[in-house]
Amino acid sequence: MADNKITMRFDVDANNFSAAGEASTKLKRTLKQLSIAPEVIRRVAVAMYEGEINMVIHANGGVIDVEITPEYIKMILADNGPGIKDINLAMTEGYSTAADSVRELGFGAGMGLPNMKKYTDDMKITTEVGKGTTIEMLVKNSVEL
Amino acid sequence: MENIIHSVTLDKDRCKGCTKCIQLCPTQAIRVRNGKAKILKDKCIDCGECIRVCPYHAKKGVTDSFDMLNNYKYKIALPAPTFYGQFKKVENINTLLNALVKIGFDDVFEVAYAAQIITRETKNLIASGELETPTISSACPAVVKLISIRYPNLLPNIIPIISPMDLAGKLAKKIAMEKTGLKEEEIGTFFISPCAAKATSVKSPCGLDKSYVDGVLSVSDVYLKVLPYISKKEDVIELSKADFRGVCWANSGGEVASLDMENVIAVDGIHNVIKILDEIEDDKLSEIEYAEILACPGGCVGGPLTVENSFVAQARIKKLSKTLEKKDENKFEVEDVMMNAPIPHNKALRLDDDMVVAMEKMQRMIEITESLPGLDCGSCGAPTCRALAEDIVRGYNTTNACIYNLKAKILDLAEGLEEFRGLK
Repeated sequence: MADNKITMRFDVDANNFSAAGEASTKLKRTLKQLSIAPEVIRRVAVAMYEGEINMVIHANGGVIDVEITPEYIKMILADNGPGIKDINLAMTEGYSTAADSVRELGFGAGMGLPNMKKYTDDMKITTEVGKGTTIEMLVKNSVEL
Repeated sequence: MENIIHSVTLDKDRCKGCTKCIQLCPTQAIRVRNGKAKILKDKCIDCGECIRVCPYHAKKGVTDSFDMLNNYKYKIALPAPTFYGQFKKVENINTLLNALVKIGFDDVFEVAYAAQIITRETKNLIASGELETPTISSACPAVVKLISIRYPNLLPNIIPIISPMDLAGKLAKKIAMEKTGLKEEEIGTFFISPCAAKATSVKSPCGLDKSYVDGVLSVSDVYLKVLPYISKKEDVIELSKADFRGVCWANSGGEVASLDMENVIAVDGIHNVIKILDEIEDDKLSEIEYAEILACPGGCVGGPLTVENSFVAQARIKKLSKTLEKKDENKFEVEDVMMNAPIPHNKALRLDDDMVVAMEKMQRMIEITESLPGLDCGSCGAPTCRALAEDIVRGYNTTNACIYNLKAKILDLAEGLEEFRGLK
């Protein structure tokens, strides 16, 4: 193989709560076949799921690109949603702009972005109001023997 | 991998090579090769789903034979609470327990009684606040095996307490040794089981260095033997010791009902189990404290080695349990119920132990999967196109196994042949 990189792409549908989590489940299945440490897989799965849910709630869906290498697992979540006005505020635990209808479903507790940051080793947010948001998350890989 | 013991096996003569079982196996542990199903031993968790779905009854749960009783001087039956729900017109559990003595056992020790001790100890352990949450019940061996292969992250969530079956075996032996003066190896404990997974967990225990149960007999085998004795009401002695809370462990929800806690769930049926374990792994169920998770639909009453329809058995269990007066489990025996060995992570899903090699294989697997039709028809003998791609990468199969690919190749060849004829 030319370079050791596996790439995967997932489409996330808007407003489909029951399908949210499918990308995370599929990614998990692949990672479990790769001798990656279970703890790394868990962190990737939780961050990915939170990202997926965010795209469903706030951004009319989007696309997730995943890169898996022996060194890291990178998730790039891109949407054409409303963008984030104040990133610092959005990163505050408990802060949420989710509609009441969404909160009634048990989502929108304001833990999405803080959790994504907590479970990853690096997270970059690029956002423009009215245009969309791209979040790049990286989890360092490690092997379990 | 030579030492893997399984209780689910195939009767080759009965297998027609249909693909029902491969599609429904939760760990994709079955392939059809040369017209017969083949169980991949390193991936099988003995859940018995294939026994349930096979239209030709070619899958069997292997249990021990009654002859095994002859190996012991003192034989004790350990009936699963599910056993009580199999019989019409039985209004008193003592009738059933006495029937077990009449067919050759010297004594009976109810697993339902051990279950109540497990509940007491579970409550104590939860109160200590030292458990990972959601804490997962260790009672269903198929679920424990599923976690060890597909959800190793959740191994620390499994409560480190032995199953009611093993505790029943442990206590029964101890009590019988005091009563008879016999040695431990002279006393045989026989679990009357609704499922094959229990038979496996006796032969290769998870979380215990050795099982306290010597043999596993299926509920259906014992059913036939006791049937002639259950109508006789004379000389029935009091053997029943458990109350409704222990007996209700047979039904899904029985275990958590006796915990008297609010944030609990009871999940049954292997495909529901997979969904819930994925959610727990993704941290979605943080409000849940305890999860009873059972592989069979309806709980143990839905086990593949039972006789009665699970819904009927469930109703009978509830009815019978109401005849029992409440007992104080604090007066039940004090016994060490903790596991004494780790539950290992089964790495059979991995394409290779070396991550770089595994990644190369995965890249090939993704390419091959994209070249396949994506119908997951099962005609190649693998449950999905992705599973066939995995088999090819592992060297167990070739792309020609796909009949759609093969058809396209033959058509190509036929076209070439036409051209060749034209040239002549």
